[in-house]
Amino acid sequence: MRHLIDVMDLSVGEIEELIALATDIQAHPEDYREVCRYRKLATLFFEPSTRTRLSFEAAMLDLGGSTLGFSEASSSSASKGESVSDTVAVVGGYADIIAMRHPQEGAPLVAAMRSSVPVINAGDGGHNHPTQTLTDLFTVYRKKGGFSGLTVGLCGDLKFGRTVHSLIAAMSRYAGVRFVLISPVELRLPDYVREQYLDATGVAYSEVTSLDAAIGSLDILYMTRVQRERFFSEEEYLRLRDCYILTPEKLREARADLSVLHPLPRVNEIATAVDDDPRACYFEQARLGKFIRMALIMKLLGVSK
Amino acid sequence: MNVDAIRNGLVIDHIHAGGGMQIYRMLGLDALDCSVALIRNVPSRKMGRKDIIKIDADMEIDLDVLGYVSPNITVNRIRNGERVEKKHIGLPARLTDILICRNPRCITTTEQGIRHIFRLVDAEKRIYRCLYCDAKAPD
Repeated sequence: MRHLIDVMDLSVGEIEELIALATDIQAHPEDYREVCRYRKLATLFFEPSTRTRLSFEAAMLDLGGSTLGFSEASSSSASKGESVSDTVAVVGGYADIIAMRHPQEGAPLVAAMRSSVPVINAGDGGHNHPTQTLTDLFTVYRKKGGFSGLTVGLCGDLKFGRTVHSLIAAMSRYAGVRFVLISPVELRLPDYVREQYLDATGVAYSEVTSLDAAIGSLDILYMTRVQRERFFSEEEYLRLRDCYILTPEKLREARADLSVLHPLPRVNEIATAVDDDPRACYFEQARLGKFIRMALIMKLLGVSK
Repeated sequence: MNVDAIRNGLVIDHIHAGGGMQIYRMLGLDALDCSVALIRNVPSRKMGRKDIIKIDADMEIDLDVLGYVSPNITVNRIRNGERVEKKHIGLPARLTDILICRNPRCITTTEQGIRHIFRLVDAEKRIYRCLYCDAKAPD
């Protein structure tokens, strides 16, 4: 039985298989409408989420299965002090697969150790969010036809952004990928991520503070939010925040085939005027998330069309 | 200084000088009924100074603790006054219930009955990370 706790649990080959399956599901959804008939997905969301939970539920419903679960800890036995292990031991008797979001880091791994059914990590605090990374990879693949040789700009909060760390880890496995890390000094990529996935593997990268200077060289621009609570001084936050707002003016310097991604939710780091630009891919990215989750559910349940 | 040779038991040798007391505590040797000798700052050709622990009982011990505290350690098993086994202990790949994760957001802080596990991610720098949350092990 397989679980998905960290995107690096999947080999490059397995990710390619998932992308191929997701592509086929999107092209021929009618072929997959019954493949999970009578199967149930439990969505155990110990903290609120909009996109991820709805995306998982839509994915299972589109495969012909059904869903059950809760969307916040207060409506579960966790509010009575039940452990994660006990919760999954019970839920495993009601469902065929579990998607879990939990505010505490490592909770889905604890669940996987106890569970009798596959567990998917749907986000554990600031730690891992592997299905977001699969969504990001699928979007890049759909836009660029592959990963090798791409120049990927990652912009904003690179220190605390879990999706950035996972995307770097996953993409550093492809030949010729180059990263441009665009952030204020205060929010640079943590040393351990740089050492583990960039320095150790010899992947080319540069660290810059100006989005304007870097944007013209990029195939992919992955935007993240610079969060106010990360700064000690309001003045410093306000000074840095505006450097990383993507506007139509900034996009004038970008290539015509740039793809702009964002894990969402967006606050103000991408001006709404950018949404109509054909290079803005973030809403399509959210839509693609459903198809890659459908592929993942099928893989972990061992079903095929 | 003379410490009697043991007939049946363990000799934990090549502990870095000063590490013996930590191993003594982590192995819970104070709870044993048998004779236990902790010899500190013994002259050593290889190490300059070293600590040695002799346990006068043939027992199983947690080798991971030894490897983590002092990775070049050797454990000799003595039976009828003869050495019957010599093990060189390196850095263990996993530490189970030896360290506690200090990340307040880690599931180990609230989940009852969970084992505290750290995995070795960089042997050269001796870096361990929590299996659950990837936080670096406390020094």
